[in-house]
Amino acid sequence: MKTTTLKTDRLKTLMGYVAGLIFGLGLAVSGMTDPARVIGFLDLAGAWDPTLMFVLGGAVVTNFIGYRLVLRRPNPVFGERFHLPTRTDLDARLIGGAALFGIGWGLSGYCPGPAFASIGGITGPLLAMLVTMVIGWFLARAIPARG
Amino acid sequence: MDWMASLQGLIGGILIGLSATWLMATLGRIAGISGIIGTLVTTRPRGDSAWRLAFLLGLISGPIMLMLAGGGIGDSTFSLGNVAGAPGEVIGEPAGGIPLMLVAGLLVGLGTGLGSGCTSGHGVCGLSRLSVRSLVATVTFLVMGIITVFVVRHVIGGGA
Repeated sequence: MKTTTLKTDRLKTLMGYVAGLIFGLGLAVSGMTDPARVIGFLDLAGAWDPTLMFVLGGAVVTNFIGYRLVLRRPNPVFGERFHLPTRTDLDARLIGGAALFGIGWGLSGYCPGPAFASIGGITGPLLAMLVTMVIGWFLARAIPARG
Repeated sequence: MDWMASLQGLIGGILIGLSATWLMATLGRIAGISGIIGTLVTTRPRGDSAWRLAFLLGLISGPIMLMLAGGGIGDSTFSLGNVAGAPGEVIGEPAGGIPLMLVAGLLVGLGTGLGSGCTSGHGVCGLSRLSVRSLVATVTFLVMGIITVFVVRHVIGGGA
């Protein structure tokens, strides 16, 4: 019995690695690991680069179909249940947080995925950003949710 | 319009969508990067830390694999990876120096922490679930990103 659990744990870890690997390949293939391309998309007044629209569109349509198929099942293959967000309210924390994130994204051209996926080509500025991003996550946890 | 970049964007986007479906099918989890890595680094090691760490390692190894593969076929029309840069160059240069990136990182960390998600969690996974919270978050960070780039490039930078 013990060995069965150990085997399942290893498989769970492997599934996580495969998910991360496909995600990282997707970011790199699409050019999202280049901040210039992301900023080019956000720069509507400049030489607009539509690439990010195709990335987000391709991902959402694929995953929309994928979730429809997967969520019909009673539970995931290696888990007891699907962990889905249940909140539906729009609060200041959500909107304010998204606004702060948007400013940081526009300044750097990095959202968390591409920033961490670019560790293979780490530079001083990227390292600086990763450090303060983690500090930001700690700060967000320290700010209690109201209500 | 650069059709090759658009096509590569679409292919990469489909891969990202498949990754999100895969993570839900196998572990029942949302493929939100700020959630997966944020929880990994801000909480004590526990039962679900292993797959989060494995996801992060996979995320890092994806572009590295592409760099290694791209080295040999850099001259082909369909260059792998960063289509804007030199052939075979998958990972682009940061947009600014250390001071700017320190500020940007803090905003991205604090913002995605407070807002419970980033481009992947709200943008890819949330929109796929037709979540109103995720739609509002996605529109908000897109609009703020556009305003920020406008101010930096065209107000402060003078249209450079």
